[in-house]
Amino acid sequence: MGENKTSERIFTRNFHLADSHRLTRYIETGGYTALAKALGMEPAAITEEVKKANLRGLGGAAFATGVKWGFIPKGSTAPKYLVINADEGEPGTFKDRYLMERDPHALIEGMLIAARAIGSRVGFVYIRGEYVKPWRILDGAVKEAYAAGFLGKNIQGSSFNFDIVLHRGAGAYICGEETGLLSSLEGKKGWPKIKPPFPAIKGAFGHPTIVNNVETIMAVPHIINRGAAWFAGLGTKSQGGTRLYSVSGHVVKPGVVEAPVSVTLRRLIYDHCGGIRGGRKLKAVVPGGSSAAILTPDEIDIQMDVDGPKSKGSMIGSAGIIVMDETVSIPEALMVVARFYAHESCGQCTPCRESTGWIYKMSRRIVEGKGRKEDLDTILDVAKRGAGTTICAFYDGAVGPYISYIEKFRGEFEDLIRNSARA
Amino acid sequence: MSDARNPQFTPEQLAEIRRLQGLYPDKRGALLPVLHLAQEVYGYVSLEVEEYVAGLFELSPAHVHEVVTFYTLFFQKPKGRHVVSVCHNLSCHLMNAKGIIGHLEDRLGVAPGETTPDGRITLLTVECLCACEQAPMMQVDDRYEGNLTPEKVDRILDGLP
Repeated sequence: MGENKTSERIFTRNFHLADSHRLTRYIETGGYTALAKALGMEPAAITEEVKKANLRGLGGAAFATGVKWGFIPKGSTAPKYLVINADEGEPGTFKDRYLMERDPHALIEGMLIAARAIGSRVGFVYIRGEYVKPWRILDGAVKEAYAAGFLGKNIQGSSFNFDIVLHRGAGAYICGEETGLLSSLEGKKGWPKIKPPFPAIKGAFGHPTIVNNVETIMAVPHIINRGAAWFAGLGTKSQGGTRLYSVSGHVVKPGVVEAPVSVTLRRLIYDHCGGIRGGRKLKAVVPGGSSAAILTPDEIDIQMDVDGPKSKGSMIGSAGIIVMDETVSIPEALMVVARFYAHESCGQCTPCRESTGWIYKMSRRIVEGKGRKEDLDTILDVAKRGAGTTICAFYDGAVGPYISYIEKFRGEFEDLIRNSARA
Repeated sequence: MSDARNPQFTPEQLAEIRRLQGLYPDKRGALLPVLHLAQEVYGYVSLEVEEYVAGLFELSPAHVHEVVTFYTLFFQKPKGRHVVSVCHNLSCHLMNAKGIIGHLEDRLGVAPGETTPDGRITLLTVECLCACEQAPMMQVDDRYEGNLTPEKVDRILDGLP
C-alpha cells in the first residue's frame, strides 16, 4: 500500500513544549507568519490554495474545505460569519481538546486567514460546555492576541478587522451537527435545520456562514506558509495532509496520534499505539467515532483517509478509533452505543426520536437475557427504513453501529437470545 | 448563593449581561452564556430564573424553558455542592466504567441522578466527555479526572472541600 512514511508533525509539533499555548512561544516557533502572508494575498487566492491542498473537513463529514468557502455569495455586502465547531462530542474523539489546550494560537491564526478568505469580520467558537479547561486556555490566548494586535481593528497595521467570540455550549451532542450548532448559537435548542439553504447562503442569524472544525482550520496556516502542493503531497489522492487520530479502548498506549492520512488502521493500532493490551487478540474496531460502522480484524489493512473506511462500508468520520479486544461483548457494546443515540436524539424527526428509543430498549433486553427471536431482524428493519428520512445525519450515524454490530457479530446476539429462551 | 425563587441580578451582573448580548448580531445569541451565568449565581435554573431571564431577552418564558430543558448542563433543581459526572459511553465502558459507577454508588449511597442527603455531591452518569484516552474518566465540577480506579476515586472524593 502506498503509505506515506513521512514523520512530519504539523498539528502536534509544539505539543511537547510546556508553554505551547502562549503567544510568545507560538511566535518563536513561526506563529502568525502565515497571517502576514495571507494579508498580502487576494481572498480568492487563499481559498484557491486551500482547495489545491486537498484539505477535507476533519470534524466528521470530510467535505472539501476550500469548496465550502467558495459557496459564500460573491459581492454580497451582508455580514458573513465564521463559526468554529469546537463542540467535540463524537464518542471516541478527543483531538480538538488537545489542540485547543496546546496550540490555541494556531486556531486563532487559522480563523484570521479563513475570515480574510470569506470576508468575515466576526468569528464564533462554539465550544462544548464541559470543556472548561480548553475554554479557559483559548480565552487566555484570545486576550493575548487582542493585546498584541492580532485581533480587533487594523490587524498588524492592515485594514483588516476581525473579532472572536467564544461561545460555550451547554451539553447536547446534536450541537456538533452544523445547523444544530447554529440554532444553539442563536439562543435556541439545538435543532438542526432543513438544508437547503446551506449555511454558506443562510447560516448564523440568517447570514452567510462557514462552519469549520477546529483541526480543519488549524491546518490552514501551514498550507499558506508551506504551500498547497506540500500539504496535498503529505496525503493521498482523496485527501491531503496529516491528521490526528484519537485512539482509545484496549490498546497499550491510548492517545492522540498524528500521522499522514495514508497510514493504515493496522499500523495505528499495532505500531503507534503498541497493539492490544495484555497480548490479547483484536475483536473489533470502530474507525471513525461511534457513528462509524464497526470493522473486524480482517478489515484493518486500509488507509485512514476518507476512502479507506468507506471501502469497508464504514467511514473515517472524526477519526476516533475505539479498539475492542476478544473479551468484549458486542451486544453489550451495542447497548451502550444505542443508549447514547437514544439519549442524544434531539426529538425533532419521528423516525429518529422513536427508533433510537426502541432500538435501545431491544438491545438492552437482549443483554439482560430477555431477548426475543425476532428482535435482531426488527432492529435491522427499523434501522434500514429510517436511514435517509431525517433532517440531519444523526440517525444515519446511529444506523452505522446498529446494522454493523448485528450483521458482523450476529452469532453472539443469537447465543444470548437462545439462552434467554431456555431460561 | 442568591435566592433562585426570587432572582434579581446585581447592577454589575446586569452590565455583564448587556455586554454578552452586545457580542451577538441578535442579543438572543447570548441566551446560553446568560443561563450559565444565572446558574452560577443561583445554583440552578428555577422557573422563576427562567422567567426573569426571559424578560431580559424579550423572550417568552416558554422559549427559555424549552432551552433549559434541552441541555444537560442546566439544572432545574438544586444540585449538590459538587457534581460528579461519570462517563458511561463506549470507551469508558470498555475500561470498566460500570465498576467505577458501582463504587461511587456504594460509597455515596445514592444512584445516578441523586444527591447525597447532606447536599455535598450530586452523582450523574453522562455520555462521552471526549477524554477517552484516560478511560474510565469522570468530570468533577470543572475538572476532568481520568484513569480511574476505586482507590483514585476515593482520593478525589476525600479531597473535595
